Amino acid sequence: MIELENVTMTYPGGMTALKDVNLNIEKGEFVFIVGSSGSGKTTLFKLLLKELNPTEGKIRVAGYDYSTIKKNMIPKVRRRIGVVFQNFRLLKDRTIYENVAFAQRVIQTPARFIRRRVPAMLTLVGLADKYKSYPRELSGGEQQRVAMARALVNNPDIILADEPTGNLDPKNSIDIMNLLEDINKRGTTVVVVTHNKEIVNEMKKRVITLKKGVIISDEKQGGYIDED
Amino acid sequence: MKISTFFYILRQGFSNIRRNILFSLASLGTIISCLFLFGIIYAVVVNFQSGMKELENTITISVFFEEDLPEESVQLIGEQIRVLDYVNTMDYISPEEALKNFCEQNYDDPEAAMEAFGDENPLRNSASYSVTLKDVSKQAEFVAYAKDLQGVRSVKSSDVTADGLSTLSSLVGYASVGIVVILMLVSIFLISNTITIGITVRKEEIGIMKLIGATNFFVRAPFIIEGIIIGAVGSAIPLVLLYEMYEKILAYVVGRFKVITSIFAFVSQEELFKTMIPVGLVLGIGVGLFGSLVTTRKHLKV
Repeated sequence: MIELENVTMTYPGGMTALKDVNLNIEKGEFVFIVGSSGSGKTTLFKLLLKELNPTEGKIRVAGYDYSTIKKNMIPKVRRRIGVVFQNFRLLKDRTIYENVAFAQRVIQTPARFIRRRVPAMLTLVGLADKYKSYPRELSGGEQQRVAMARALVNNPDIILADEPTGNLDPKNSIDIMNLLEDINKRGTTVVVVTHNKEIVNEMKKRVITLKKGVIISDEKQGGYIDED
Repeated sequence: MKISTFFYILRQGFSNIRRNILFSLASLGTIISCLFLFGIIYAVVVNFQSGMKELENTITISVFFEEDLPEESVQLIGEQIRVLDYVNTMDYISPEEALKNFCEQNYDDPEAAMEAFGDENPLRNSASYSVTLKDVSKQAEFVAYAKDLQGVRSVKSSDVTADGLSTLSSLVGYASVGIVVILMLVSIFLISNTITIGITVRKEEIGIMKLIGATNFFVRAPFIIEGIIIGAVGSAIPLVLLYEMYEKILAYVVGRFKVITSIFAFVSQEELFKTMIPVGLVLGIGVGLFGSLVTTRKHLKV
């Protein structure tokens, strides 16, 4: 599902964020990518979304080769990836329903399909009764669940989550991770970039550890490696 | 494109204007003033040129024949003049008509003067063709052509008037085009500014749209719609205003300065707006479309 082959990313200023990274994530896997700040996690996240292009190496996501993909195909690849951010990135001037429906509107889903699909997603994340609320009326945990509903509504092959529990308390963090695990059990590949030690150690999933742009560990049922 | 997508984009275009209302109103105001000015200039130029045309048509060139030229040769000269495509009218002025015109122009009692001349027509050798041209700038060319014709004694024309009219007409035309172009550039700049602000305000939304797979078209379309709406409304308002005002201004000018109407025929409302409405709409919508297209291309690379 996700394949990186000798990927190196050097920014125009000369800073190398990733060095010769090789990585293979199969369909249906649940993977944590961990590392301290400056380890290259965010760069990897952006490369997977094709927000950045690697200076060297090849990236393949959901069958698309990023080195040869045409510009007009980039939106198509992104539609197969659901994204969740640390700061939720919800549209503040729209209701919860509209936020989730927005993801379907931008890919031009017919209105009748949106009317069926959005309530189903809100039910899945446990917010069916709050569809008329605005993001500011929800707690951090609830906002992140809306973001999850938005990421899931287009039925993606992959969920990419960047520090999804970064702004949440422990209880909400556990809820969100349980939700991600449920989604994974339905067959969606889940990649979580995080530095939440407790959660990584608790869930016993595959853990890829990055340090200064290099993979220093990749364990099937790993734990958080404390660099200190 | 699906119908629901079309309406969604249209709604977003309107909501862009609403969210960014102050700047949208500023752009709208600029386009309205620009097109209002354009409309005034357009009306003046069209009327001026129509007036010039009238004046041009009254500038006559007289082609005189050699003494005792046979009838056939006079007709031959006439045919050689009529064949030119820039000749508007050509009338034969007989010696009798020439004398009659002369008397009318120079005597208080023309009939008495005619009788005084009796059979002694001093202008018996002054039969001529009186020619008017469709384009007064062709006068020199025509004079040279006519002078070379067999049997032509002389050609009389008023070069100063013709040149003056021709220069004035093109000067007014160039100045108007210059002013309108400057106004349009200002409008494009302001629309572009409004759209840039709209894009900045919605940066977060655009970022999310891109990450969840919106196409370039889908991201850009609402901003282009915004530009088109501002352009269309911005041209419709001044056109309606000018349409309403034109008749009233004409009535006022004609009522107040009666003398003008004797030398100058104004273009009718219907005639003027037959061209001004499409030209104004195309300009307004064009400015909106161009301004938004350029801006979205610059700021919304997906």
